[in-house]
Amino acid sequence: MLIVIFHLPYSNGVRTVTLIPGDGIGPEISAAVQKIFAVAKVPIEWEVVSVTPVKGPDGKFGIPQAAIDSVNKNTIGLKGPLMTPVGKGHRSLNLALRKEFNLYANVRPCRSIEGYKTLYDDVDVVTIRENTEGEYSGIEHEIVDGVVQSIKLITEGASRRVAEFAFDYARNNGRQKVTAVHKANIMRMSDGLFLRCCREAAEKNPDIRFEERYLDTVCLNMVQDPGMYDVLVMPNLYGDILSDLCAGLVGGLGLTPSGNIGTQGAIFESVHGTAPDIAGQDKANPTALLLSAVMMLRYMNLPEHAAKIERACYSTIKEGKYLTADLGGKGKCSEYTDEICQKIEAE
Amino acid sequence: MASLFTKIQLTASLVSRPATALLQKQGANQARAFSAIQAPVSKPEGRTKCTLIPGDGVGPELLYSVQEVFKAAGVPVDFEPKFFSEVQPLMSVSLEDVAESISHNGICLKGSLATPDYSHSGDLQSLSMKLRRKLDLYANVVHVKSLPGVRARHNNVDMIIIREATEGEYSSLEHESVPGVVECLKIITAEKSHRIAKFAFDYATKFGRKKVTAVHKANIMKLGDGLFLRCCREIAALYPKIKFEEMIVDNTTMQLVSKPTQFDVMVMPNLYGDIIDNLASGIIGGAGVVAGASYSGNCVVFEMGSSHTFSEAVGKNVANPTAMLLSSCNMLNHVGLEYYGNMIQSAVERVLKVGKIRTKDIGGHSSTNEFTLAVINNLRH
Repeated sequence: MLIVIFHLPYSNGVRTVTLIPGDGIGPEISAAVQKIFAVAKVPIEWEVVSVTPVKGPDGKFGIPQAAIDSVNKNTIGLKGPLMTPVGKGHRSLNLALRKEFNLYANVRPCRSIEGYKTLYDDVDVVTIRENTEGEYSGIEHEIVDGVVQSIKLITEGASRRVAEFAFDYARNNGRQKVTAVHKANIMRMSDGLFLRCCREAAEKNPDIRFEERYLDTVCLNMVQDPGMYDVLVMPNLYGDILSDLCAGLVGGLGLTPSGNIGTQGAIFESVHGTAPDIAGQDKANPTALLLSAVMMLRYMNLPEHAAKIERACYSTIKEGKYLTADLGGKGKCSEYTDEICQKIEAE
Repeated sequence: MASLFTKIQLTASLVSRPATALLQKQGANQARAFSAIQAPVSKPEGRTKCTLIPGDGVGPELLYSVQEVFKAAGVPVDFEPKFFSEVQPLMSVSLEDVAESISHNGICLKGSLATPDYSHSGDLQSLSMKLRRKLDLYANVVHVKSLPGVRARHNNVDMIIIREATEGEYSSLEHESVPGVVECLKIITAEKSHRIAKFAFDYATKFGRKKVTAVHKANIMKLGDGLFLRCCREIAALYPKIKFEEMIVDNTTMQLVSKPTQFDVMVMPNLYGDIIDNLASGIIGGAGVVAGASYSGNCVVFEMGSSHTFSEAVGKNVANPTAMLLSSCNMLNHVGLEYYGNMIQSAVERVLKVGKIRTKDIGGHSSTNEFTLAVINNLRH
């Protein structure tokens, strides 16, 4: 039996959230989010932990136990960008977190932002990506010299889980349609299985419209008429590619939030890099992390707070007075943050 | 490294046909083959044979348009039609028959084939994949170039996307280990990776390109894509005059929708090629305006850049024949009929530029036939 913890019980009490500030510009943008949350009087307490790898009892480097315990206890985390250590032997920390908390679905809403003009102006799509298997199963071997076999693993359990999550997400967020993105005409068994699971989930959710599209068709249409799509659900690799593509449509990773939903908790994060070249200079753009935090509030069933912060953020960008350098402005991170705070207070 | 030189022969298919078959046929007309562009002093006597696969969806309509234009231009090409289809298996000729015809003629003009999710025979391999394997059409080349008069979000795009088309994710090796658990194999071999990388650099050299970008996901698929990337690097070392870059596929898509002009020649494994082809076609006006071709060692199949059958438009007379016409021009140039190739290409470009006759996909209201007629009226001998 599959249990999707989506709606947590509403509570008036203060809840604790694990905060992983991250590397590079991470601490600044995390501080900005904390400041905005304080002004908006969000009933949240932060528990700040570091995930800088430490040497474990087995001699391998890994996430500190304290961080794991914190997320396990709170079941909700907010995470800034992490530096992926270069060199052999290190597993990417993002991957480690994903494994640790069984984060099976990656949710990335991409919406055109008023005030930051790109070539595409009617984008409003959510990509939901299966995050535990598929092409990124990590099972590879060299059979003979010069012949490598990588295994794409598709299982019924994981496919069904993400398909059902997609429909739940669509319903809870007032979306009309779920599109399954696949390549079952070429990978007839594996993508065929994924597609079958999506169809079954669609039958159970007749209130949400369902369609199936080939990956290549979606790529072609997405850049011509992004308004054709609403919620997209797909296996790992396609999701990885399409979510970045959609972020590109609305202005890059600095503006797109992301959430990872798991069986034992959820981690919301900004997916941009650590930008070490501008770290500590008050130049960073906290929007992606802030919008991820807004997503987190919705997930925690605090929609009023979420809406308030989101409105303030969007109207600050729309006015365009304090845009950071990556959006073509001259504002500082602190000025941008203060402006959002003022708007929240003014409401 | 030295063994690389010996192992990899010159990419034969890049040498266009006039140097071989056509010359033997024409004998005395040798000089003509090299006097491209200008009107031929005497028109070629020999006629060229070309296999024609109408394809599914709107394919037959588009190829009818090509044939009409060829007739009007007096192109000395005879088509050998072969109906080949996976969705209408009873009418389809056999794979052997088609393959035989293409390898005999050396060239083929092909509409898109539909690939259904389930095959009637339970095959995991689609028919177009079988054809590709049979003829070893390993290099799929799509030239994405902004066309004058076609409104799109990006202008001045001019890139060549080269895709390995015989292995990778399209291996059709799948099995269900236990119920509910399916494994699909992605195969990457050094031999084919070297071959496609070599093809890309040869192509870049031949067409005076400056840069080749290898698209990969070697940060996750360390062995598979890692091998592909290593092969590209090894070949790149042999072409010091061409710049070599590497880019991760998800970043590539993001760059493509924001700054597409940074790309020149791109080379990649199979599935990424499918994604990038479609994306790039999308940003310059859609599947209806981008031509493509698949190369093997000794034959070339000219087709659409992104294979969509557009089956919802069948019989409605609305499909855009631009891609297929441009593809047929490439075919003419390949067999040394540049005079006709250029004539048709400039007619198409003129119609698009004037913009009075536009099909629906690029913001007009004209029909396929009206467009075809406009091209015919613009043919200037």
